[in-house]
Amino acid sequence: MARPLRSARLRAAALTLPLAAFVVVTFVAPLALMLVRSVHEPQVADALPRTLAALERWDGGSLPGEPAFRALGTELRELDGRRGLGAVATRVNRIESGMRSRMLATGRALGPGSPESWRDAVLAADPVWGEARAWLALQRAGERFTLRHYLRALDLDRDSSGAVVRISPDQRIYVPLLLRTLLVSLAITAICLVLGYPVAYLIANAPPSRSNLLLLLVLVPFWTSLLVRTTSWIVLLQNQGVVNDILVAVGLVAEDGRLALVYNMFGTLVAMTQILLPFMILPLYAVMNSISPEHMRAASSLGATFRQGFVRVYWPQTMPGVAAGSLLVFILAIGYYITPALVGGRTGQLISNMIAYHMQESLNWGLAAALGVILLACVAVLYAVFDRLVGIERMRLAS
Amino acid sequence: MADTDVELHVEFRGVSKSYDGQTLVVRDLDLDVRKGELFTLLGPSGSGKTTSLMMLAGFEAPTAGDILIDGSSVRETPPRKRGIGVVFQNYALFPHMTVGRNLSFPLEIRGVSEERQAEKVRRALEVVRLEGLQNRRPDELSGGQQQRVAIARALVSEPRLVLMDEPLGALDRRLREEMQLEIRRIQHDLGVTVVYVTHDQQEAMAMSSRVAVFHRGRIQQVADPETLYEEPEREFVARFIGDNNILRGQVTAVSGGTCVAETPGGPVKAVPVRPFRPGEPTALAIRPERVVLSSRRGLANEFEARIEEVLFIGDHLRMRLDLCGNRNFIVKIPNTVGHGAVLKGDRVRLGWAQMDCRALPDERAAV
Ligand SMILES: Nc1ncnc2c1ncn2[C@@H]1O[C@H](COP(=O)(O)OP(=O)(O)OP(=O)(O)O)[C@@H](O)[C@H]1O
Ligand SMILES: [Mg+2]
Repeated sequence: MARPLRSARLRAAALTLPLAAFVVVTFVAPLALMLVRSVHEPQVADALPRTLAALERWDGGSLPGEPAFRALGTELRELDGRRGLGAVATRVNRIESGMRSRMLATGRALGPGSPESWRDAVLAADPVWGEARAWLALQRAGERFTLRHYLRALDLDRDSSGAVVRISPDQRIYVPLLLRTLLVSLAITAICLVLGYPVAYLIANAPPSRSNLLLLLVLVPFWTSLLVRTTSWIVLLQNQGVVNDILVAVGLVAEDGRLALVYNMFGTLVAMTQILLPFMILPLYAVMNSISPEHMRAASSLGATFRQGFVRVYWPQTMPGVAAGSLLVFILAIGYYITPALVGGRTGQLISNMIAYHMQESLNWGLAAALGVILLACVAVLYAVFDRLVGIERMRLAS
Repeated sequence: MADTDVELHVEFRGVSKSYDGQTLVVRDLDLDVRKGELFTLLGPSGSGKTTSLMMLAGFEAPTAGDILIDGSSVRETPPRKRGIGVVFQNYALFPHMTVGRNLSFPLEIRGVSEERQAEKVRRALEVVRLEGLQNRRPDELSGGQQQRVAIARALVSEPRLVLMDEPLGALDRRLREEMQLEIRRIQHDLGVTVVYVTHDQQEAMAMSSRVAVFHRGRIQQVADPETLYEEPEREFVARFIGDNNILRGQVTAVSGGTCVAETPGGPVKAVPVRPFRPGEPTALAIRPERVVLSSRRGLANEFEARIEEVLFIGDHLRMRLDLCGNRNFIVKIPNTVGHGAVLKGDRVRLGWAQMDCRALPDERAAV
């Protein structure tokens, strides 16, 4: 009796295998890779093994000895010959700016053969090797496992003694950007809630024929591509756009005083709110739809005004929907990329745009990964806080 | 109008209601509910009971006519000011509040002091026998307990009028019967007026002081349960309240308080509920338990028929016969000594008294 049952279970489990494989390949593996990449950077260590070995007993202050110079000289020369020096130099440069060109110059300047004193030869190629900071940069870039991407992502650095310090205020980028992203996401969530709640209420309390139509209207935006929707906001909001034209025509705004509505934070807020609004309305609607209209009637038969009934009876019952919609919108907003990239201009960029920049332009994947992990951690922490406050199991996406 | 000595609590005066502007779901309703009675609106699904109740509670506005409470029109009075307790079909307990908070809700709204609230909540729970369940949430209660909480909540602010819309609909039979008595007791003890809605005629019979039978938005008859059962005035009431055998025929002779109707099985003597003219179609109603199986003569109506089917119900036997054009003529005989004599296929003599056979206007044409 147990056997057919077990084989049926096995077969059922086997049916989920394609999905499981898909999730592993497209989600779990990249996530794991990102975690690893944010702390693991072996390229410099692999490229300069002898130099780094020679630096192991270096005191960090005085100049290193001849063996270190020899190792550096030979390894730079070899790398230059293999055209591998550029990638290594770029990584060292991230720790000590200016090092890229210096390393490239050194590699090029060292001729073939073995000089009498590697120390003199290397110093002649570039005097920077006479300074401890150049060697320190090599040493730190050579750490296989490192937290420096996280330090960077949190606007921290190590001073010469190795202690963690905050970098000077004018250079701090990531923490302010992260805070801005959190704040903007919060604002979008709040705006979506304020706009979406009455709409969901209206749909949930309309007669069936009308509520279906209204629901359709909420979903219509999904029929067009995200890109189209975002670019139409540009058409609407740009300097010579529809909104400004109307404002000028009506006389609210002077011809030379057209408002900057796009390519700034305002554009990001407007476009993202519009795009994320359905994700607020749908969970709210699902919950409201399951609240019997008898509850509000009961409240008023018990003496409550509409206001009292709403505040004490209806609103608390919609909390699961409010929670679900807010969490959904917030999480989507915090990682949103395309819309701020297109309409955000310089001031409307969010942290994901910075991640994309490091992925595609600066090719600092380690930093991009660290920023991604921090973002993930933020979401996880907020989720946990939220769970404490509202209770995820009470949250409903559908009735 | 005749009873000037009974105090009326609720009056419907020519009330009609249409949701879509075309079909009337309640038509020209006139009702008097007396103070302190348990008045039931009884009718099949969709007959307009809930609609009538909701108009009284103030959640729907009449399309025409007026509703009076204590003699004055409530047309302009919002639900919260009507002072009516309502028990909804699905209880409508607030799921995010404990039982205690559900009960104190109307008191808080009215600004009753904390101690008085606690006292009133305690008393209300006592009335419905749910002492000690204050801190439970509604979903931690059984159906019957939820029902009691809903009743307690409707009573807690001491309204003089309580409306109940199929409050026992979701309960199983045993619990229903228990709650019927309970509601009766509470209503009696507190002396409140209750307007009760149900589609279960047994429930209506067991609980009500008076019953209004609804059909397609119209009142068929208003009477106390016994009168409804013994003296139905409309074919619909005769068929809806209890079991009745209907024989169709034409009135052939009328004299005094009696008449004779010709059916496919022969003439039947009956008591007309209103003056008939000879030739008028009629529906004769005979209660299955009033039909006597007998060889002795002396009954006004006697026939012979074959037993098509016998069902053993327990406390009685139920026989189906083909009689006077009704192929579903039911006879009930009590399960007493010697009942075993009847068998399927037997030909039997049976009969009923003239006063047990009511001639009603034939409503087939009206349906
Ligand atoms: N809000 C509404 N909008 C439109 N039609 C309605 C509405 N409420 C009820 N009706 C219609 O009015 C008629 C009477 O409904 P009502 O709810 O009063 O019946 P009921 O006697 O309470 O029936 P039940 O025993 O099924 O509860 C039905 O045909 C119903 O379809
Ligand atoms: Mg109803």
